[in-house]
Amino acid sequence: MQLRNRHLIGWLEASPLALVLAAFLIAPILMIVIVSFWGATEFSIYPAFQLDNYEFLFSSPVTYRVFGATLKYAFITWALTFAIGFTVAYFLAFHVRSLTMQIALFLVCTIPFWTSNIIRMISWIPFLGRNGIANQTLISWGVIDEPLEWLLYSDFAVILAFVHLYTLFMVVPIFNTMMRIDKSLLEAARDNGANGFQTLVHVILPLTKPGIMIGTIFVVTLVMGDFITVRFMSGSQRANVGRLISNDIGLLQYPSAAATAVVLLCTVMIVIAILLRFVNIRKEL
Amino acid sequence: MAKPKVGYTRRSMLKAGGAAIAASTLPAPMLWAQDTKDIVLRQFGTGVSNLNDVANKVKEDLGFTLEMTALDSDSVTQRAATQPDSFDIADIEYWICKKVWPTGNLQAMDTSKIANYDKIVGIFRSGKLTPESTIAQGTAPHSVGFVDGPGGTSFASEETGWMTLIPTIYNADTLGIRPDLIGRPISSWTELLNPEFKGKASILDISSIGIMDMAMVCEAMGEIQYGDKGNMTREEIDKTMAIFTEAKRNGQFRAFWKTFDESVNLMASGEVVIQSMWSPAITAVKSRGIPCVYQPLKEGYRSWGGGIGLSSSLSGMELDAAYDYINWYLSGWVGGYLMRQGYYSAVPETSKEFMSDNEWGYWFEGKEATDVITSPTGDTLAKAGETRDGGSFYDRMGAVACWNAVMDENQYMVRKWNEFIAA
Repeated sequence: MQLRNRHLIGWLEASPLALVLAAFLIAPILMIVIVSFWGATEFSIYPAFQLDNYEFLFSSPVTYRVFGATLKYAFITWALTFAIGFTVAYFLAFHVRSLTMQIALFLVCTIPFWTSNIIRMISWIPFLGRNGIANQTLISWGVIDEPLEWLLYSDFAVILAFVHLYTLFMVVPIFNTMMRIDKSLLEAARDNGANGFQTLVHVILPLTKPGIMIGTIFVVTLVMGDFITVRFMSGSQRANVGRLISNDIGLLQYPSAAATAVVLLCTVMIVIAILLRFVNIRKEL
Repeated sequence: MAKPKVGYTRRSMLKAGGAAIAASTLPAPMLWAQDTKDIVLRQFGTGVSNLNDVANKVKEDLGFTLEMTALDSDSVTQRAATQPDSFDIADIEYWICKKVWPTGNLQAMDTSKIANYDKIVGIFRSGKLTPESTIAQGTAPHSVGFVDGPGGTSFASEETGWMTLIPTIYNADTLGIRPDLIGRPISSWTELLNPEFKGKASILDISSIGIMDMAMVCEAMGEIQYGDKGNMTREEIDKTMAIFTEAKRNGQFRAFWKTFDESVNLMASGEVVIQSMWSPAITAVKSRGIPCVYQPLKEGYRSWGGGIGLSSSLSGMELDAAYDYINWYLSGWVGGYLMRQGYYSAVPETSKEFMSDNEWGYWFEGKEATDVITSPTGDTLAKAGETRDGGSFYDRMGAVACWNAVMDENQYMVRKWNEFIAA
């Protein structure tokens, strides 16, 4: 027997992926949306349709402060990872000439990823502490007289950890797009009298936009969804949306956690929608 | 297909006979012992009493396997309330029991099957340490320790013969300090918010316990008079949080901690010099050779108690094994082990047999150590001539001002706590 209907074949071919996505992406999200309207008692949740969770969320000044903090972390981390990531990728793609060397150096970049995320983060704590290596070194050099308190358990520490953890997510896609830039375009720019900086701004930057955008999406979503880095590096003193959710879950307030998660999801999607306004990734890939 | 054999040969008769003899001589008790060996009880709880040494000793003494999982208090509550099939034995605190019992995930225990029931300390039965004691504020263990019958859902006010948790371990908590970095006597809870320790104080980020430490501080400062610190009104919660939020904004706190290890590291590294702390955390700091005192304070202690609860899905042989385990738990070895870390056992007199006179004198009676005191893992905790911070069992447990609690306004408090963390 032969299937003649082209549409049917098309549907069949698409169905495995569609089913996987439906089961593991759409269904859980729907579940979260449904639960966000439920009610909770001390120790159980009960099905209902009530807006209490959202009402509390939007009426609390804490929510706005925490979302503000989350966006702040995301923006600062993005700016720093972009600056570092772009520089590293540029060096790898245009300064290193041999392919072997490029691959070798690229692998060097991934070495920190051989250990766990949490370990990389926690290893900063003894380094930055009041009597940590950083403070002791600075004191012995005579740069400071008293230990710097803001090195650890502060916004600085949180952002430092974020940048350390997520820069590679920026390097990889940018490096990837840079490698695919036709070198003759750079020669043409040179021949037309552009200096190095002009080539960078008018040729390389526009051509690496898709890579930058992919890296941006990685970093922004990772930072906005994080909770453990903020908890450890701020010594529980700062909060972002992820911590709000994790606190709720810890206290069995699932509906309230779900409502916060839905609002966070919407926020992240809006941020990404805005980003995609700048660059059409599909067209440029 | 092969043809079925017909008729008996000498050989086949021998075979069959041998098998029959083997079957009849295999003794039934051996089968049973085999089953005991295969029993696995899954216990989970906070790190304080989920010790691998205990699991090893259970295997040795009772024969069955005890699997331990250690979690923080919030996760423990969550798991006990939402995943009843994921555990057989819940090692939880009494205030968690108050929260979890109504879910029906635990079953009441028949005290007639508990050999040492009559020797359990009064705190867990009548609520009174000695007949003259007054009962402290908060969720006192006896108030959630009994239900009316095997299926009871509400707590009974007196001993009924059906216990929710078999008490295993308890202690009186106070502030931990670094005497070497503070350099002067500390005698009141108010010191936690003393600007002298700006940026060097910490409290724990577990709302139900943290709020109590806050209350002890606010009451000691004379800012708030609580009706019951364990069951605050919304107004009391607001006032308490306002005082601490202001302190937080002024940079009083270096960090908040959530797990035992975090509290040890904060103290040992000198990031913090005064903080809410648990007794074994002090032990852990001291065992690194760093001075650390579990400072008795004039306003009294904030106390807590834990116990073992049985999952409602336990039955048959596993349930019997669980009762064996409980009886073993109260028979002294674990008690001695825990008391040598600074906790108290529910049946101190059985633990005495597993401790030296020196250890018993130091830990329980508050006497001067006559020789070196070591922890169960072999670290030196005190030298001859030193005494325990806070003195004897009756001095410490008799000065309890409040028990860890879960309030009627818990949800409100939790939201306020979240605001405090985000502030």
